[in-house]
Amino acid sequence: MPTPSSFPPLLAIEGLEIAAHGRPILEGVNLTIGAGEMVGLVGESGCGKSVTALSIMRLIAEPPMRITGGSIRFKDKDILGLDEKGLEALRGDEIAMIFQEPMTSLNPVFSIGDQIAETVRLHRPVSRRDALDRAAELLGRVGIPSPKAALERFPHQLSGGQRQRVMIAMALACDPELLVADEPTTALDVTVQAQILELIDDLRREKGMAVLLITHDLGVVSSYCDRVAVMYGGRIVEEAPAEQLFAHPMHRYTEALLRTIPASNPPGTALPAIPGTVPPPGKRPKGCTYHPRCHAMIGVCAETLPELEGEAHKVRCWNPAERPAP
Amino acid sequence: MDNTALIAVEGLTKTYPGANGARVKAVSEVSFAIAPGEVLGVVGESGCGKSTLGRALLRLIEPDGGAIRFDGKDLMTLSKSGMKAARRDLQIVFQDPFGSLNPRHTVGGIIGEPLVVHGIGTSDSRRARVAELLGLVGLPEDAGKRFPHEFSGGQRQRIAIARALALEPKLIVADEAVSALDVSIQSQIINLIADLRRRLGLSILFISHDLSVIRHVSDRIAVMYLGRIVEIGPAEAIMESPRHPYTQALLSAIPRPGEGRARQRTVLKGELPDPANPPTGCAFHTRCPMAMPVCSADRPALVRREGGVADVACHLYEAA
Repeated sequence: MPTPSSFPPLLAIEGLEIAAHGRPILEGVNLTIGAGEMVGLVGESGCGKSVTALSIMRLIAEPPMRITGGSIRFKDKDILGLDEKGLEALRGDEIAMIFQEPMTSLNPVFSIGDQIAETVRLHRPVSRRDALDRAAELLGRVGIPSPKAALERFPHQLSGGQRQRVMIAMALACDPELLVADEPTTALDVTVQAQILELIDDLRREKGMAVLLITHDLGVVSSYCDRVAVMYGGRIVEEAPAEQLFAHPMHRYTEALLRTIPASNPPGTALPAIPGTVPPPGKRPKGCTYHPRCHAMIGVCAETLPELEGEAHKVRCWNPAERPAP
Repeated sequence: MDNTALIAVEGLTKTYPGANGARVKAVSEVSFAIAPGEVLGVVGESGCGKSTLGRALLRLIEPDGGAIRFDGKDLMTLSKSGMKAARRDLQIVFQDPFGSLNPRHTVGGIIGEPLVVHGIGTSDSRRARVAELLGLVGLPEDAGKRFPHEFSGGQRQRIAIARALALEPKLIVADEAVSALDVSIQSQIINLIADLRRRLGLSILFISHDLSVIRHVSDRIAVMYLGRIVEIGPAEAIMESPRHPYTQALLSAIPRPGEGRARQRTVLKGELPDPANPPTGCAFHTRCPMAMPVCSADRPALVRREGGVADVACHLYEAA
């Protein structure tokens, strides 16, 4: 089983705080990703997982959002200290990103060949012809049939799965060391989702590329990630090697999420539902953010925020489902 | 046709105009029945025709052919006003709880509207019924005076369900009714639907792309591919011993928490073919890992083999 130490550190987010309109969105997020490691970041709508992903490339809307504290280090670079020029050199070259909706991420009036070649030429001093050759090679690698002919096609001529393959080809253009994938398969059918996830997994093994996979789907992270971080209310509440997290969830939220999904329950039985809803930013309660919905709340939970503690298996909980191994 | 069924559909077909005068078959010769109090799950990927099927049942989309027998009436021959009356017993809940509720109406107005449309009761009795419905779906009584934007996605779906229940229907079509909801909210709504079904004896056509949700709520499951049912049978048989290679692939493609990397996945090649230009023979043969020469030549019939409990449309199981 991979442990955090088996991957040399590539990205380290520490104590990241982001606010919008005076309301905290992220409240002290810590996350590290090792070279070649696939880390899953899971949580429900509004937990802050996409903002975390976007902040790595400084793509959050500033304003209204504002980074109010913490640091993001990528290798020897301080991302929060980079100017626009430094960020442009980083984006698409050392760190690439793919999104949920490939149709809106692609420009409808340019051929896909031109769009991939543009990314290549932005970062590499090559001719347009060489960049197009590279684009065809990338399209072939991500499984687009007849890649040379596909260069001439436009986004609307492709299916959703093919568009996501094109986005991945574009992301791979400069052999990034980190791929940030924000719900890359959520808009896709399940058989196509399996194809895209297998492709990302193959590529990261082949190229030693690290992947941060953001998803709401616990099954997806369980099948593909080395390590998983669970977010709730703008904070990471649990983090562990994937097998460990699913076999022995410690945070009461993770435990409840795993119990409530239909796949964990005999057909037709009542699902052990989590009462209430995720509190929106600005309405997050004092103490542990999850305490109003928690079935194992104790007195201290409503008063004081627990720290994220532990070695390989970290948890932010006063009354965890299991005690950390000594 | 099955006489004990609440609804029996026979050979239902819906085509849309495609490019160059071609007809695109969204739903082709679909037949099934739902018993009183039964939940039939319909599963398939985008473009398989499951949503068209759901809407065609209520004639929200006009089918081109086939018969729908509902509660002793032949829905296809009903006039517009006859169909309106039939819809008292036949309601639908959609996926998007944001798009399906009028933002300018109060929640009470939205839930009570079907009563007004069908001229049921007085304004006082309607108000009492709205209060009762709010309680039934787990919303506070004062919710009736508020507007949809004041509610979360899960609460809005409760409002949509309350509206669908207002006329005490016998059948509800739930079209991806829990698909837009977060995991923790999804289970609340699944529990609500299951509870209402038990208490009210509802029949449900439950449409979803999510097999694990379908399995949880359904008594029987129909799997659709490119407009046709490829396998239909008791939920347990479909999930535990699927026969059709497409059903098998669909089950294999779902990543499940806790399974890790151990499981060998059957990853299908290619994507759904263009419905305007469907493959010959079995529509699945272009992606099927078990395809044989006969599969591209003849379309297999949906039949039950001797000793089987499910109907399957696949040449693999034809008697040698």
